[in-house]
Amino acid sequence: MNELKRTPLYEIHRSLNAKLVDFGGWEMPIQYPSGIIAEHLAVRTGVGLFDVSHMGEFNVKGKGAYEFIDGIVPSNLAKIANNQAMYSALLNEKGTFIDDLLIYRYSQDHFLLVVNASNIEKDFLWLTSQLKSNDVELTNISSETGLLAIQGPKTVEILSPVIKHDLKQIPYYHFLSTQLAGVDILLSRTGYTGEDGFEIYCPSSSCEDLWTYLSNLSPIVKPAGLGARNTLRLEARMSLYGHEIDDSTNPFEAGLKWIVDMDKPQFMGKQALVEIASKPLSSKLVGFKTLEKRDIPRDGMIIYSSEGPVGRVTSAGPSPTTKENIGLAYVPLPLSSIGSRLEIDIRGRRAPIELVKVPFYQRKRS
Amino acid sequence: MSYPPNLKYTKDHEWIQMDDAQSLIGITQYAQEALGDVVFVDLPEVGSTFKSGGVFGTVESVKTVSDLFSPIDLEVTEVNAELKDHPEWVNEDPYGKAWMIKVKPLSSGTDLMSAAEYEKLIASESH
Repeated sequence: MNELKRTPLYEIHRSLNAKLVDFGGWEMPIQYPSGIIAEHLAVRTGVGLFDVSHMGEFNVKGKGAYEFIDGIVPSNLAKIANNQAMYSALLNEKGTFIDDLLIYRYSQDHFLLVVNASNIEKDFLWLTSQLKSNDVELTNISSETGLLAIQGPKTVEILSPVIKHDLKQIPYYHFLSTQLAGVDILLSRTGYTGEDGFEIYCPSSSCEDLWTYLSNLSPIVKPAGLGARNTLRLEARMSLYGHEIDDSTNPFEAGLKWIVDMDKPQFMGKQALVEIASKPLSSKLVGFKTLEKRDIPRDGMIIYSSEGPVGRVTSAGPSPTTKENIGLAYVPLPLSSIGSRLEIDIRGRRAPIELVKVPFYQRKRS
Repeated sequence: MSYPPNLKYTKDHEWIQMDDAQSLIGITQYAQEALGDVVFVDLPEVGSTFKSGGVFGTVESVKTVSDLFSPIDLEVTEVNAELKDHPEWVNEDPYGKAWMIKVKPLSSGTDLMSAAEYEKLIASESH
């Protein structure tokens, strides 16, 4: 077995008595002693601080940077201006997912791509193979880049006094190059929790200092692990690679049609998506809940109709916010309407489920 | 004290307070920590019987689910109904408020571990 990789915050997690687990080859904090529920609720009501330095970052620089990225991703890159970010994907020729990613635009000839930790090498090799001209410089800066996520309704209140820019000037999915505690950072109003907040890209060497600095800003800032990150993103119905999306799913069935601009003359996987779009979808990602407290759905369980097995759970579990047992699953399109009743196999026992509106949780926006 | 000396332990991380008339069973400190926040405990009907090693229930946490294994042959005489509303007691007080079943022992449990033996097992499992 390969040695697990560690983020620059490994020693801090140990000192906080985090429970460390193998997360896609990384030794990451799944939770701190407070537990997933407390960490989850801290993010919903206060501020949670996450180490997500395992995520991958690629710099794309040069005269051909815009054309290179726009020629690959299904989204229209013209939709974002400088200092703006977008959620998109890398698709293969079949129109299915190699990965999902964030694209940050510094300028027409400088972008930052942020990819999933477990896909860093695969994505980088694939992107490199797509380079056709020498006016694009693609660099994997993952190991020298740290990433902290500070998330929750009180984040702006906590961060405002220590950032010299007015945070109101950074709308959702916008970012700024600024400083925090004397360290150059990229401050991005993005997140993976369904809550207001920021993601802070910093040099790996400054990660520990910034974590400590942010933790000490206020006692309401609580460390939160990947366990809470998962329950938070599930409630917000955000996709996780390897669960809702992978190389067998396309953006239409995954509910990510909005990242695809079919009017673009060309992007990777377009031909396949044209074909897929010409026919009714075979399945669709839906949200569901169980009806009994004891019926707790889990990833990978099978969904049944009266006819037999019809679908598969991609992510599921107890929701700390709604206190219901929730999940996402692929089911055939004719069975996918809200309110439909189906069944789930819970370790050999059939339990009823009801399809419900997603997201399961939506924050009140001011 | 994480592993009270008056209890006996299994490799599956249950504890049993052995008594010829009525024994108490729950899960250990190590087990509750491994599970994380417990959200549901599924317990058997009073009167049901289980062989040693048989699955008498399940405990569900936010992250995962785990079976509960009988430490001995037993008949269930009472279940802790309060755990329905307070599954978090399993995390807070695994040897006290979060006892799971009261049983009539139907075997002796000579193969059970002492606290010292169990602590040795834990030490070897957590590298």
